[in-house]
Amino acid sequence: MNSRWKANTINTTSIILIYVILVLLIRMGFINSYYEGILIEMGINIILAVSLNLATGYLGQLTLGHAGFMAIGAYAAAIFSSRVNMPDLPLLLISIIIGGLLAALLGFLMAIPVFRLRGDYLAIITLGFGEIIRVIILNLKITGGGKGLSGILPLTSFSSVYFVTIITIAIFYTLINSRHGRAIISIREDEIASEAVGISTKYYKTFAFTIAAFFAGIAGGLFAHHTLVLDPKDFGFIRSIEILIIVVLGGMGNLTGSILAAIIITILPRMLMGFADWNMIIYSILLIAMMLFKPGGLLGKREFSLYKLLAGRKKSHGNAPVKNEGSE
Amino acid sequence: MNLLANFLQQLINGIHVGSIYALIALGYTMVYGIIKLINFAHGDIIMMGAYFTFVCIVSLGLPLWAALIIPVILCLVSGILIERVAYKPLRNSPRLSALITAIGVSFLLENVFFKKFGQNPRPFPQFINPTPISIGPLQISRITLITVLVSILLMILLDFFVKRSKPGKAMRAVSEDQGAAQLMGINVNSTISLTFAIGSALGAIGGILYSVAYPLIDPFMGVMPGLKAFVAAVLGGIGIIPGAMLGGFIMGIAESLTKGYISSQLADAVVFGILIIVLSLKPSGLLGKNIKEKV
Amino acid sequence: MALLETKDLGIAFGGLRAVGNFNMKINENELIGLIGPNGAGKTTVFNLLTGVYLPTEGAIYLNGENIVGKKPFEIVEKGITRTFQNIRLFKDLSVLDNVKIAFHHKMKYSTAAGIFRLKAYWKEEKEIEEKAMELLKLFDMQDSAYTTAKNLPYGQQRKLEIARALAADPKLLLLDEPAAGMNPQETKELMDTIHFIRDKFKIAILLIEHDMGLVMGICERIVVIDYGMTIATGTPEEIKQNKKVIGAYLGE
Repeated sequence: MNSRWKANTINTTSIILIYVILVLLIRMGFINSYYEGILIEMGINIILAVSLNLATGYLGQLTLGHAGFMAIGAYAAAIFSSRVNMPDLPLLLISIIIGGLLAALLGFLMAIPVFRLRGDYLAIITLGFGEIIRVIILNLKITGGGKGLSGILPLTSFSSVYFVTIITIAIFYTLINSRHGRAIISIREDEIASEAVGISTKYYKTFAFTIAAFFAGIAGGLFAHHTLVLDPKDFGFIRSIEILIIVVLGGMGNLTGSILAAIIITILPRMLMGFADWNMIIYSILLIAMMLFKPGGLLGKREFSLYKLLAGRKKSHGNAPVKNEGSE
Repeated sequence: MNLLANFLQQLINGIHVGSIYALIALGYTMVYGIIKLINFAHGDIIMMGAYFTFVCIVSLGLPLWAALIIPVILCLVSGILIERVAYKPLRNSPRLSALITAIGVSFLLENVFFKKFGQNPRPFPQFINPTPISIGPLQISRITLITVLVSILLMILLDFFVKRSKPGKAMRAVSEDQGAAQLMGINVNSTISLTFAIGSALGAIGGILYSVAYPLIDPFMGVMPGLKAFVAAVLGGIGIIPGAMLGGFIMGIAESLTKGYISSQLADAVVFGILIIVLSLKPSGLLGKNIKEKV
Repeated sequence: MALLETKDLGIAFGGLRAVGNFNMKINENELIGLIGPNGAGKTTVFNLLTGVYLPTEGAIYLNGENIVGKKPFEIVEKGITRTFQNIRLFKDLSVLDNVKIAFHHKMKYSTAAGIFRLKAYWKEEKEIEEKAMELLKLFDMQDSAYTTAKNLPYGQQRKLEIARALAADPKLLLLDEPAAGMNPQETKELMDTIHFIRDKFKIAILLIEHDMGLVMGICERIVVIDYGMTIATGTPEEIKQNKKVIGAYLGE
């Protein structure tokens, strides 16, 4: 009990500390708008990865249409904010929530046909839905069709992204470590056994899928008000694959892994810019190498814990059974 | 009468592109059947087949027969190499890791060719006389005829090979149960390599035929046809060879009819929509077996 | 009224009638054995009782209510839980988590309570942590509480599966070959455990077993099934001498 309070204090303090440091660096001009943009992208990628991880890593269902939910959130939020007059911050928050809710609604409706399938067939059908969403957006007037949507209000800021990201991470953490999270994980472990101990697998599959869709929509809303221009091509299955890469890289079912991998994947292509036209080649070789050497992901099954890192090795030499903080 | 002719024309177009999808789908389905991997890099084999042929004809000026055989062999070898280097080490790892690796290989191939050839599409040499043959009110181009005939011939050969030959039976055995096949004395590694070889060869031929029909090639040309061919394989029942053939034709015809009668913009959506409808009614694909898990 | 009663229960897969005219009555707190040759349909009966299969004929009455057509998780809520022939644990989760998950359907706190860590969350989580540990103590597994389930030795895995099924608070517990792969010592311990849990939790138990020592040793009544149909029911003595049963299964 005591250790958990200590861990919480350390986590909260470091969250606030990191925020303060970054904001100061931005205000003082050490972090220019280019780097600020990268930080914003990191936040968006974290939200995307963590939400996909719920459906793929924790629930255990491979879904390849996550970008479709992001798209719905992005377009819905952008269309809403362009028609409503309101101060910036509340406008942003309401827009992205509307985007998230619309994405969640679609996720909920999709769950009906999707969960009649299993395994790779389920994955393919989600890919199919993702592509259909993209094509529909491509053909609607209200979304600008092939020309895309432009003139979106620049409502996203580092602060807003930072806090939405932190809140998202916190929600997923508390969800996973509750009885509802356990129910979701049990479906991944053994669906038949899960049903046999009283869990409605149909309910929880739909539940996890809908929540994942909601947060993908939120991320989309933030994305729209950051890039200010939306092109349907940005939301195809390549984007879904990119998010999946982050999740697998960080470790399936590993929350801190997704955060870490999202940060790395956001930075990596930029770090490789110096290699001119070799950058994507190096990127793909690194990707292959990472999978060959660490197929379970960078962090595997072990969650990263700042508390454990700082508390040192004293804890693990006792007689008490070792308890993995993240696996409650 | 005009309406009918129009319809038949679209149908023929559909069979044309469908036969190409079928050839490519075979590569996906065979690999999935034997190691349960969705080989994302397969779509890029199409692209490689097209570029190799391009180089052979345009840059090297080789005679046609050589310019068709060499690329197929090169792709065949590439397929085997990719499997050995990138997939074999992950045979006992979670399937998702192999999937991501396949994606990495796909990115790699696309970007290597992008670096070499740039993003400007190259015109593919027209080595088949495009003048159409008239059958009644229908115009069927020689390209269509050759494409469909070659595809069907290859499918018949493949079917025969898988059902009657020893290596073909080995492929089926390894698909069913790798462990048991090994105990029966089958060399699993060679069998898997053979599967990749055949799949890649078919993919390369599919790429050449595709480029003959749509003669602009670029490093990312394999993405969409690859995806559609993969959907075709799933439609027919993933891992089932006749399923891939059936799925390919269905996809081609559906796409062609949508482009002809509804809109070419919506063709992609319709094609995926068909997939969703089919899977909702037959969760294991058209020819798939619904194997329930034993409780 | 009997706790469980099946009336002409049956299921056909295509042309094959796997179970038919299956009639069985289980009263509260009874310990009943279900035996028969391999392929006779014993696990199929379990799957029918727990809602995994939908019967094509007949009815299943649990406390007078026909539960045919109910989903498996609903049947758990009504009071039937089971173990599996090939152990189905949540392999990558801890022993304690395996048991905690089984408490799920008795817990009440909402998603919001879980996310915002309201009072109900802390209260109920503490409760089931204690209940789960108590249950593990009964099986002498409290020291392995944090071990990953797949790392347990085989005998302990079977015990864990039973503990987990108990955690879901059943009135009727179905055990599918609980002694499979156990040596005589372990089997003896299992027999004591089964008696103990029947007495302590006041539940009825229906078990499938091939180990006749166990079956004859603890079951009050035995139902014998062959080719999907009941061929005999009675006490162990009666069954031991039943000619049909000897011919079909027991041997001389």
